[in-house]
Amino acid sequence: MTNEQDPRDEIVTHLPAMRAFAMSLTRNNAAADDLVQDAIVKAWKNFDKFTQGTNLRAWLFTILRNTFYSSRRKSKREVADVDGIWAETLSEKPQHDGRLALGDFEKAFAQLPDEQREALILVGASGFSYEEAAETCEVAVGTVKSRVNRGRAKLVELMGIEDDEPLELTDSATFAVVAASAQPRKTIA
Amino acid sequence: MDQNDTKSSLEQQIDENLRKVYQKTVEEHVPDRFMDLLAQLKEQDSKDDK
Repeated sequence: MTNEQDPRDEIVTHLPAMRAFAMSLTRNNAAADDLVQDAIVKAWKNFDKFTQGTNLRAWLFTILRNTFYSSRRKSKREVADVDGIWAETLSEKPQHDGRLALGDFEKAFAQLPDEQREALILVGASGFSYEEAAETCEVAVGTVKSRVNRGRAKLVELMGIEDDEPLELTDSATFAVVAASAQPRKTIA
Repeated sequence: MDQNDTKSSLEQQIDENLRKVYQKTVEEHVPDRFMDLLAQLKEQDSKDDK
């Protein structure tokens, strides 16, 4: 190849995001980096399938998650690192200032089903639109929305916020809102 | 169907935490193995193209 500007050179700029997404899928540092490595190789070799001018990050994320799910299907021994390594590396002093403590949050997050975790990360953290997330996960937009909503509701439930957590707004109306978002029909007064 | 206008502060806190979790890895130094890998892939290609 003699052209100075190989479009594949752009992959490198997405590495931090790929690692973060991989981390949210695997919940384990070493596994995340192995996953990124496999995804890079696949992306490189299949780059002719990428449509120039479209969203490279979404394309890379799609490869990454496909790699994740196919390798996971292969390895039966896969055990979710529910409160293991990932949660442990995330040691942050619990803060009782009325906000969700990050450590607790991450533990709860790690327990969510894969599809809710990825939907939340894509939409809530990586800045993907619902449409981009839907494309990445190869599902309908409505499916992503409902996964995000169920994920949020599940987080609230797992963290047991409604108990005695000194959250600013632990009024029952708030929880009704969050719980209701799982069923898009409900309107909140 | 539109729930954006009912985005609660709890929901905002959840998103804020999600971003923190995500950002933490994004801000990490990308391990050298990935740069090496990309360089390797590139080199391999330039050989194949000859």
